[in-house]
Amino acid sequence: MGRLKTVWHRLGSPRWFFEISGPWAIGATAIGLTGIVVGLAWGLAIAPPDYLQGNSFRIMYLHVPAAILSESCYILMGLAGAVLLIWRMKLADMVVAAAAPIGAVFCVVALLTGAIWGRPTWGTWWVWDARTTSMLVLLFLYFGVMALRQAVPREETAGRAAAILAVVGMVDIPIIKYSVDWWLTLHQTSTFKLTSAPSMPAEMYLPLLVSVLGFYAFFFGVLLFGVGNEVLVRERRTQWVNDLVRSRQP
Amino acid sequence: MTAAALDRAPSIGRAFTAQLQRDLTIAFRSRSELINPLMFYVMGISMFPLGVGPGAERLSEIAPGVLWVLALLSTLLSLDALFRRDFDDGTLEQLVLNVDPLFVGVLAKVLAHWLVIGLPLTLLSPLAALMLFLPGAAVPTLVLTLLLGTPILSLLGAVGAALTVGLKRGGLLLTLIILPLYVPVLILGAGAVTAVIDGVDPSAQLAWLAVILALMLTLTPFAAALALRVGLE
Repeated sequence: MGRLKTVWHRLGSPRWFFEISGPWAIGATAIGLTGIVVGLAWGLAIAPPDYLQGNSFRIMYLHVPAAILSESCYILMGLAGAVLLIWRMKLADMVVAAAAPIGAVFCVVALLTGAIWGRPTWGTWWVWDARTTSMLVLLFLYFGVMALRQAVPREETAGRAAAILAVVGMVDIPIIKYSVDWWLTLHQTSTFKLTSAPSMPAEMYLPLLVSVLGFYAFFFGVLLFGVGNEVLVRERRTQWVNDLVRSRQP
Repeated sequence: MTAAALDRAPSIGRAFTAQLQRDLTIAFRSRSELINPLMFYVMGISMFPLGVGPGAERLSEIAPGVLWVLALLSTLLSLDALFRRDFDDGTLEQLVLNVDPLFVGVLAKVLAHWLVIGLPLTLLSPLAALMLFLPGAAVPTLVLTLLLGTPILSLLGAVGAALTVGLKRGGLLLTLIILPLYVPVLILGAGAVTAVIDGVDPSAQLAWLAVILALMLTLTPFAAALALRVGLE
């Protein structure tokens, strides 16, 4: 417990974080990429075809992890925003800044792969289905946080404003999800449900699990790289960053 | 302290009523700002028959959604003015410095905004419903959903208005950041009206709107107050 507290206090120093996070970022990205490659190769080439959808279901190994990550990323962003507002930890602000574009990209990937998957299975690129719609709203929320951050000229103010919006969005997300589910039961009854065959055999499920874990590790690594970049940009006037840059120059 | 002095002593309740009174007075002295969102509401609604055709059947089918979307948009357009004028003339700074806790002042401003925009919009909605041939049986539900829903729009919008108050051109940005948060209100509000048309009991949607209202009433004034402090730093 005491040690955890020390780490927590040390996180207040961006420099300490930058120095400690480099190897972690490389390690997590490497593990993540390996997991993604293994999971995708396993899922795309080795797993058996679906009895109903044939081979088209295989896009799931990309689609599902991206969708899960885009939601996890928003929760992380909201928590970081809360940490910033409560403890005013500079690093939390950098996490919000770095997480938003990553989450938005995962959102776009999930929507695009969903559209490509929808074409053969539903016969249409776009369906106003519960998950598609919540994912779209989530993307809008990411855009809002990013747009607000860009619009506010002062860095510190921008960070705290974006953090407030991220926290409000995090509170609103369950309500949005719930209401979208409700909306569907009201308006749409004939949607083809992918979850109607709930039990997935292990040889289809395991590669998905590997892929999801790989995506998580990859996200963690990319996030650390992003936060490291933010540290360097914001501390660019400090001595240690200048020394670091000079030492890296040939 | 005498009783008279106690009467005049500063208190939270007095700060609230003073702020509310001031905002209402200002609103009623600049009538155009009062009327414009309502005109936008009616004009926006009258665009739909022009766009999709005057057939009563089609219009009555899309009426719940159109009436609610226009309510969202009219509220959004009026939100930028919520803190903007006070920010420009410096009174917002006075509010932030003088009213403690600040959320009381924010709540008064939001209530004034709702009384000036949300409530008239709700009262106007039966007329707009008539223009779109909404079945008469659904009109009371429409009014009720707007009565529950427009305060949520004002409350959530206050957070967005507070976040963008320091920006030169915050209007469009405000719309972008707040519109996704309005999704549940739109779904439940329009859903309740549609439910009545389909002959289903809308009380579940109404109850959920009330829940969201209670939640937002307790949370958003704090968020908006915090956002104001951040924006005025």
